[in-house]
Amino acid sequence: MKKFRILLAFLLVVSFALEACNNSEKSTGSGDGKNNKESSKAAKLEIFSWWTGAGEEDGLLALLDLFSEEYPDIKVENAAVAGGAGTNAKAVLASRMQGNDPPSTFQVHGGEELNASWVAAGKMEPLNDLYESEGWNDKFPQDLIDMVSKDGKIYSVPVNIHRSNVLWYNKKIFEENGLQPPATFDEFFAVSEQLKDKGITPLALGDKEPWTATHIFENILLAKLGPDDYKKLWTGDISFKDDRVVKSAEIFAKMIGYINDDHSSRNWQDASQLVANGEAAMNIMGDWAKGYFVNDLKLKVNEDFGYVVTPETDGYFMVITDTFGLPKGVKNPDDVKKFLGVLGSVEGQDAFNPLKGSIPARIDAEVSKYDEYGKAAMDDFKASKLTPSLAHGSAAPEGFLTRVNQAVNIFVTQKDVDQFINALETAAQELK
Amino acid sequence: MEPAKTVHVNQQPIIQVKKRKKLTTDRWMSILFLIPSVILIAIFVYGFIGWTGYVSVSNWNTIVPDFSFAGMKNYLYLLNDFRFQADLRNTLAFTVLFIALVIILGMGLAILLDQKLVRGESIFRNIFFFPMALSFVVTGVVWQWILNPSTGINLFLKNFGIEPKWYTDTNILAGFEWGKIEFGLPVAIIAVVIAAVWQMTGFALAMYLAGLRGIPDDIREAARMDGCTEFQLYRKIIIPLLKPITVSVIIMMAHISLKIFDLIYAMTGPGANFVTDVPGVNMFETTFRGNYYANGAAIAIIMLLSVAIFIVPYLWSNRKGES
Amino acid sequence: MGISKIRRPLLYIVLILFSFFFLIPVYVMLVTSVKPLDEVNLADMWSLPSALDFSSYSEAFGKLAPNLLNSFYLVIPATIISALLGAMNGYVISKWKFKGSEIVFTGILFGMFIPYQSILIPLIQFLREMGLYNTITGLVFVHVVYGIPITTLMFRNFFANIPDEMIESAKMDGAGFLGIFRYMILPLSISGFVVVGIWQFTNIWNEFLFAATITQSDQQPIMVALQNLSGSQIVQWNVQMAGALIAALPTLLVYIFLGKYFVRGLLAGSVKG
Repeated sequence: MKKFRILLAFLLVVSFALEACNNSEKSTGSGDGKNNKESSKAAKLEIFSWWTGAGEEDGLLALLDLFSEEYPDIKVENAAVAGGAGTNAKAVLASRMQGNDPPSTFQVHGGEELNASWVAAGKMEPLNDLYESEGWNDKFPQDLIDMVSKDGKIYSVPVNIHRSNVLWYNKKIFEENGLQPPATFDEFFAVSEQLKDKGITPLALGDKEPWTATHIFENILLAKLGPDDYKKLWTGDISFKDDRVVKSAEIFAKMIGYINDDHSSRNWQDASQLVANGEAAMNIMGDWAKGYFVNDLKLKVNEDFGYVVTPETDGYFMVITDTFGLPKGVKNPDDVKKFLGVLGSVEGQDAFNPLKGSIPARIDAEVSKYDEYGKAAMDDFKASKLTPSLAHGSAAPEGFLTRVNQAVNIFVTQKDVDQFINALETAAQELK
Repeated sequence: MEPAKTVHVNQQPIIQVKKRKKLTTDRWMSILFLIPSVILIAIFVYGFIGWTGYVSVSNWNTIVPDFSFAGMKNYLYLLNDFRFQADLRNTLAFTVLFIALVIILGMGLAILLDQKLVRGESIFRNIFFFPMALSFVVTGVVWQWILNPSTGINLFLKNFGIEPKWYTDTNILAGFEWGKIEFGLPVAIIAVVIAAVWQMTGFALAMYLAGLRGIPDDIREAARMDGCTEFQLYRKIIIPLLKPITVSVIIMMAHISLKIFDLIYAMTGPGANFVTDVPGVNMFETTFRGNYYANGAAIAIIMLLSVAIFIVPYLWSNRKGES
Repeated sequence: MGISKIRRPLLYIVLILFSFFFLIPVYVMLVTSVKPLDEVNLADMWSLPSALDFSSYSEAFGKLAPNLLNSFYLVIPATIISALLGAMNGYVISKWKFKGSEIVFTGILFGMFIPYQSILIPLIQFLREMGLYNTITGLVFVHVVYGIPITTLMFRNFFANIPDEMIESAKMDGAGFLGIFRYMILPLSISGFVVVGIWQFTNIWNEFLFAATITQSDQQPIMVALQNLSGSQIVQWNVQMAGALIAALPTLLVYIFLGKYFVRGLLAGSVKG
């Protein structure tokens, strides 16, 4: 009995000590403890994004300034998470959402990246009433609204548009060799042969992060299937065993025959550099590459480098869009809606996009605020059929994309079409 | 939990009682000292391993937790997965090469440094030891540049007409079809091994130096008297005497290499065709980038088992040897 | 004697060759980090800089300074707490053995060898529940817990060298468990604390997996920030090399000034019995 009592006393002491440790650890945190966070959140509007790079951060700050002018009473907190082109931010977001501690609003690529995750999990509020009251339903292209909707409900507000299906080329190389930028795959291969004979790497690729190769593949798929059937791939209505997919894989394999040897040690910037300094002639990359060419490498559009749409995708526009939504369970949903209102307004989009180097998601923005490339892209955006990007999470759930990236990584080395198609088909079982 | 300490029998009864009581409080105190750690380890090592095991047989392969029972599905998926098969191949190749080179270099340099002929021994020793103070991340960042096929050391080697592709090489030496992959020695792994050996040779060297210092000079003298050449002396006597150290080095290096993550993550990533991918990197990307938590947990459990195969017998034999 | 005349130069040649291998990265790091950006290109990688330019250090330092501070906030408490816990455990396990204490010890020790991937998923769930996810405090806690096995092992081996007779005679003199620990063991184990402290400092400073998964951006310790430096826009190799040197400097300094203890820690942590 006595022993038992001692044991009990002892357990008490231990649990007490542990508790004390715990408390002290919490309070000695660097001002970022849970209590702290929660008290500040009630008052503040927390804008969660991964915009920390040069132009994009400026854009975000301009947007926040604009919001503060209109609503000086609402305190805004820029909760941007750096690193890994958004992968770090997504990990933090996942952790916070799983812990029922959502930020007031967060950046997410429009499409399945949101729909298949947080919308499917029932953690997002629909925004149809906001679209109604702001009169947005005819201000964004219908294709785009469809992309950010699920079962008729709209879940996020697009702020910007990037284009995926762009082929960048070194103007000097093309002029010196009397070449025209390719519009079809046949032309692409003809040009590539000539370049290869001259000792110039035809196509630059940096697939240290495998999405860059997937990025090429999605644009071949778009070319071969067309926008409508391309979209059906992600709903399971068209199988990956389809002849046109096989054909796409064959073209992809052939294209890979023209890339630089050290592709796996480069990232997309390193690959773009090859084009910039004339070691390679062409590069397929989203139009954020323009910002890299112009701002970081100090090159001039249509002088040092040129651009065309990727082969056989004229009239199509592969969309990457950053959007913001309203998570369930935030304490200040009305403030969030006010922010989304500014984000979706012409002023908001025109404050953000020229700095970020993207184009507005609205079709009625002020064209004069954008550069030469931007103006052309805005025209295309209005006139083209819009399709969601696979490589950037809009077309299909993240899990499927992971599998595709793996299959692509293997394919770039092995160029085994059958194996590749099988891997895609297996991965596609998760789409249903 | 009765104190097992014996009490001195020849003491007077009254003192004995006192002693006994004192020992009891001391005993409780000693357990009090130990218990926080024991609880922490029980929860955070064993409990969490159990929880990971539970996740690995669940359906949590989405962004939202789903703990419904999935059976061995995640394990079966891995065993049929190209990437995971490549991981196993790479880990095996890496482990074998890495351990062999660390032992050869570590022992060789230790023997050289142990010669009484060398002056400035401490300078050399410090040069060989210092990489151990560095992080695998720093090592990875630096060697990534040195072994980059279009920058690095190739600028030198070009003059001799060789330009290895280092970690971008996708060839498999002595390859043959096995499962979904080509089994063999991935050339790219050699680049990673070089960086790892650079970092960890000092470890083996330090151990062997300590071992060599522990071998009494009379043994060498006696052997020399018997007409042993220096070579024979080492081959027949010294190296066998160092065997316990070799075992320790192998164990330490094996568990490092089976767990390796940061070096490869910082230096090459998974690589083209997964030629430099390892389970550690795969687990990280699968779980925290692809949100396949259950698959990631299964990878982690397989990693744990592969380490346990080495470690448990080692710990067991050590424990026996002590008591 | 004749043999040694040939052998000695041969020995030196071999050792110097290996020294080159070990010093190549240092050379590359140093040389690149003091070059201006326009000299950092493929062709000039191995050549010395035309003039010393320390701007990459200020740039790297500017980017990494907050993370450097994080690392100190992390390493110092984690090292002290885990060393104390290790000393307590080592004391009991070496000097107050009880039935099953070796099994407990082996059980603790196993925690040193596990791949941390195998506890990572529950760990993150746990930290989130406690509100410690993405905090330095959480990371301190993690390093304390998973530092217990190695510090326990080191202190146990260290205390094993203190003769049992001393403890026994202290007991005869009426000293109790705490008294012996406080007045006898602790004063004797200053060098033990130095060895364990250096070892933990180095390991926690250099650790990457926990740091990369538990903390993000402004909470990250320096090693993760260094790795992220390469993932941003243009890879400025001079800045990156300067960053690598800055990140490595604290542990390198410890090694240079206290190298003896470092190696002792390494030996204490790897072999037993």
